[in-house]
Amino acid sequence: MKSANHIRQSNVKNFLEKMPTLFKWLSFLSVLLLPVIALAAGAETKAMSVEYRDVPGIGSRNLVWIVAQQHLLLAGFVLGVPIFGWVCEIVGWKTKEARYDKLAKEFTKLLTSAYATTALFGGILLFLLIGLYPKLMAYLTEMFFPSFLVYCLLFLAETATLYMYWYGWDYMQGNKKAFHLFLGFLLNLFAIGIMIVPNSWATFQASPVVVGDGDAWTRAWMAMQNPTWWPVNIHRLIANVVLGGFIVGAYAGIRYLLAVSREEREHYDWMGYVGNFIGVFGMLPLPFAGYWLMREVYQYNQQMGITLMGGFLAWLFILQAMLIGVLFLGANYYFWMGITYRIPGSENSYKKPIMAMLVVLLLCLGVWMTPHTLVASLAEAQKMGGTHHPLLGVFGVMSAKMTVANIMILVTFMSFIMYWRAGKQETAGWAKAAKAIMNGLLAIAAIAVIVLGVWGYFVPAIIRINYFSVAQVLIVGFIMVTFTPLTALLLKSAKTTTEMVWGKMPIRAGYCLVLNAVMVILLMSLMGYARSSSRVHWHIYGVMRDTSEYAFSPALGYAAAFMSLNTFVYCLLVAFIFWVATLGDKAKAQQVKAEMSGVPGGPPVMAGGAPSSGEQIESGIVENHK
Amino acid sequence: MKGPLASGAILLVGIFVFIKFLLPLVTAPLPASLIYLYMALAFSGIMLYGTMSASSLESLMGPVFRFLSGEGQSGTGKMARLAVLVLFPLLVGWQTYTSLAPSDLPPGENRTIHPAPPGEFVGLANPYQNNQANINMGKGLYAAYCSPCHGANYDGKGPAAKGFNPPPANFADPGTIAQLQESYLFWRIKKGGVGLPVEAMPWKSAMPRWEAELPDEFIWKIIMGEYDGAHQSPRTWEEDD
Repeated sequence: MKSANHIRQSNVKNFLEKMPTLFKWLSFLSVLLLPVIALAAGAETKAMSVEYRDVPGIGSRNLVWIVAQQHLLLAGFVLGVPIFGWVCEIVGWKTKEARYDKLAKEFTKLLTSAYATTALFGGILLFLLIGLYPKLMAYLTEMFFPSFLVYCLLFLAETATLYMYWYGWDYMQGNKKAFHLFLGFLLNLFAIGIMIVPNSWATFQASPVVVGDGDAWTRAWMAMQNPTWWPVNIHRLIANVVLGGFIVGAYAGIRYLLAVSREEREHYDWMGYVGNFIGVFGMLPLPFAGYWLMREVYQYNQQMGITLMGGFLAWLFILQAMLIGVLFLGANYYFWMGITYRIPGSENSYKKPIMAMLVVLLLCLGVWMTPHTLVASLAEAQKMGGTHHPLLGVFGVMSAKMTVANIMILVTFMSFIMYWRAGKQETAGWAKAAKAIMNGLLAIAAIAVIVLGVWGYFVPAIIRINYFSVAQVLIVGFIMVTFTPLTALLLKSAKTTTEMVWGKMPIRAGYCLVLNAVMVILLMSLMGYARSSSRVHWHIYGVMRDTSEYAFSPALGYAAAFMSLNTFVYCLLVAFIFWVATLGDKAKAQQVKAEMSGVPGGPPVMAGGAPSSGEQIESGIVENHK
Repeated sequence: MKGPLASGAILLVGIFVFIKFLLPLVTAPLPASLIYLYMALAFSGIMLYGTMSASSLESLMGPVFRFLSGEGQSGTGKMARLAVLVLFPLLVGWQTYTSLAPSDLPPGENRTIHPAPPGEFVGLANPYQNNQANINMGKGLYAAYCSPCHGANYDGKGPAAKGFNPPPANFADPGTIAQLQESYLFWRIKKGGVGLPVEAMPWKSAMPRWEAELPDEFIWKIIMGEYDGAHQSPRTWEEDD
């Protein structure tokens, strides 16, 4: 050993003697720099071990809360609008009515403007999450990386399709229309993909599953298939249509309020009606999707289910009832105003059914909004014998809520049917019998829903959930599925007694549309908080604990303030996006105005403005000039 | 007085009288929060119906606008308008003051009756077979340990119940144990009021911590007896559970 050491030392000595001077100096410097290198290595190790970073002032959690909510709301709009925009285009194509194609194009114009902002907020959210929650993001990346790649591909495909769909609108008319519709289909297909992939990341956080062995793709796929993934996918898909519909309605409402020409008023009145119709159409199945989601949450984890529905987050569902109530009332109010204002002379004929519907809606809402545990002073609680009212307490449980939700959906559907039939007289020989059957079915359905609701108190919860609630939904669904074609058939041969007049709605109708949009944004902000908060102090429920300084649930008042802030910020963003989107129209309108007054040229058209969507505005201006 | 305005006002007063004074004749009085909620709904309904058309809007709000604008008013009408313009802001001010002024009364309670159970109690299943012998044993244990407060009829009206505020739970009510899984009841009986988590504030429960006196076996059997006696079933996710 001694000789070996000696040989090694002599080798080192020889090597040093043979080393060039510069190299020796470099080696010396390296030795001097060793502490620096060590420090740098330490810094790298430290960076790798950082679990959280904070943002001074606002705090990391609040910042992520705002940005995530804005991104989700924008994404909801961007993913919801192509669905009904495309359907509208198909209707225009099949019926050969140009106004539907024009409307679909106007929807898509709003979509193109909102798309970039959505992506921008998505990027900001990603940077914030990587920077502020590195440990969580490292875990999620490890678990889901293959799905990140799929998401990127879907995003690229969606963007390319959207460009072709929007910029090719006028080019792909006539015999190229079928291909344009195919592009619309692809747009929706990719959009749904873009929604469901990140949904799996978020739902995994709430309901993680045990992921077995396998390659990265297999593991990611296993993690994606968690119990709340599909309930959230379906719930969000429908909610996006509702959000998109009501926001489009609000856009139309504002444009209606600002309209100066008759054509503009007519167009935006009609667009407002379509927006409200889409919102209501989506709203009808939404409570059922929400019910399914909550059922899955409860079944996945009793603790999480109780935190949401019976624990400290239960109050959010009373707020939810209020917001949904306002939404139902607002949507119906708009329908009813449509009857009295758009169909001259119909006011007196519809007074009684409108009052009956209003009373039923209010009674149902009263039940839905009644909490199980009441807010009461000490004296009031003593008189009640606790915070649970002996008589009205029965309204506080799911059997009552489910029943009234179904009745409200039924009433809203009938409100639409009434609007549809208004100003028309059925001429078919079988019309009387058909109407009698419809009335009978409606009465039976309403009674059956109520009977099942009351009966639900006397059977085990699982029977109520698995059979009674499902039966209630099926009954309401049956009414919708049978009444819609039957009414369409009745109206096919009906004669119009009073022509519908567009553009006659009062200004409160425009504000009503705006209110509906604000309500649905607030509702989504509220439920976004509820879904996120149900994880309590876990990043990934039961797997990765939140060990940051923000590992507590904010008080409900504080959360409500943030929801309001998020709603306000989103409204500002949407207003800005729509303002930008309509700049092109304004420029065109000015150009037409200039041409009409003999001034050559006019201001240049804004890039991104609708290629030919200004016809109606132009004709309005022409009329004004006449 | 005639017209939609008068009808609306009479309807509002009628609803208020009904829920504030007539309903308590047959049941417990409603708390102010609920009365406010129902009145807000009724007011919204009247406003929605009254503004449905141009003519109904005029009938409902026309008299109000004309009264407040003071057009062509003289004598009593003018004095009434002045009185409203003075008294209404005072009323709003008084209401604001009373709602914000410091008070020695405790604030309204926002009690969470069913807080989420701790993780170790989630998913527990009753290890004892649901047969008549076990149910009978559970009922016997219930009679000995639980019925003094929760009542022999499982209705929360035991001889000692009057001494508690809030009163003991009424198991016959479909809004109580029928909404819960057996593991939840096991947690509540075992840990009692002192074992309530943070979210269950203001922690108002006099339920003893029965783990100090009863073995787990007794608790599970009491649960069986409770459900059977109250004619309720525990929440399950499988029908054959």
